[in-house]
Amino acid sequence: MIPDDLLKIKRYFHHKEFDKSHHDHTQHAQTGVSTQKSGTREIKVVRRVLDVNAKMAEQNRRLFADKGIFVLNVMSSPGSGKTTTLEKTLTRIMPEIKSAVIVGDICTTHDADRLANTEAPVVQINTDEFGGDCHLVAHVIEKAAVTLDLDDIEFLVVENVGNLVCPAEFDIGEDSRVVILSVTEGEDKPVKYPLMFRECEAALLNKIDLLPYLDFDKQKAIDFIHQVHPQMPVFEISAKTEEGLDAWIEWLIDKIKQKNRY
Amino acid sequence: MHEMGIALQIVEIATASLPADLSQARVAAVNLKIGKLAAVVPESLRFCFEVAIKDTPLAGAKLAIEDIPVVAKCNDCDAQWTIDEPVFVCQKCQSGSLEILSGRELDIESIEVEEETHDSG
Repeated sequence: MIPDDLLKIKRYFHHKEFDKSHHDHTQHAQTGVSTQKSGTREIKVVRRVLDVNAKMAEQNRRLFADKGIFVLNVMSSPGSGKTTTLEKTLTRIMPEIKSAVIVGDICTTHDADRLANTEAPVVQINTDEFGGDCHLVAHVIEKAAVTLDLDDIEFLVVENVGNLVCPAEFDIGEDSRVVILSVTEGEDKPVKYPLMFRECEAALLNKIDLLPYLDFDKQKAIDFIHQVHPQMPVFEISAKTEEGLDAWIEWLIDKIKQKNRY
Repeated sequence: MHEMGIALQIVEIATASLPADLSQARVAAVNLKIGKLAAVVPESLRFCFEVAIKDTPLAGAKLAIEDIPVVAKCNDCDAQWTIDEPVFVCQKCQSGSLEILSGRELDIESIEVEEETHDSG
């Protein structure tokens, strides 16, 4: 169709610093090698850099589908209340929904210790073993998941490393992603980190009990979320006081049940 | 923040893509496409690439980065446009149902290998 062609033309016109000096490529179809007048040969590669992770994520997704486990990837900046939100969520849905947690941190097991109080099995990943990574990747999830009794779990929640940038880029084989934004952060986080808010299915606006003490404009934050991701469900909660948790948990249980049905 | 990991992946993929008969050839450039939505900082990636290629078949290669704009298509009215600011709403009909056609790329397009002058085309 025409739009695709247009897109290609656009791409070719787009700035490409190295290519300016030599435009004459003679393509040899079989080898994918083209000869250029400047004395270099172009060898076509056309591969996604994150191919390895994407394949591993697909493998994880199949494993979790086989076991009927709903996998949720929870992301946010540091300190927005991921651990408290998950503690409260798990306390409410267990033991009816058999849950487990994989928690990623660069260092320490503090979050895992807190989550273990919910009596859900918890696997801690410290990414510093893998080079202090700022996010969790698919193969790390696989390693952690196989230590759990996957036949006895309906819901696996992954608490990602606190970071609004990198985790959004890495598929781990999850079914759904949610992002937590707390009212102690800027209202404009969604437009500063659009990929994160585009990639997530729902947003939790946390710490609303603090609103009376802050200049945070809640409506502005929600508008920014919807500017980046129209119609995204936004749950206004306080993990601390448990205000607003019901609607979030209803949404979550519905998701888990949908997956378990298959 | 994960640019070093990405640089190492690029080196791995590019090295594996060198045909056996060209394994000794000098790699002049690695051509990369990075979408504007990808969580990668080109400057950091360049810096990491310089470090990552040391003592590899890619030593001395240049990293050529092509920025790919974010292009969206409206699922309701078929309008297509380039997104320059974080507003993911159809400009024509205000629909929020979009398909992102480009902008998420993090792809190695090709590598360029230097040839001996006598067999240049």
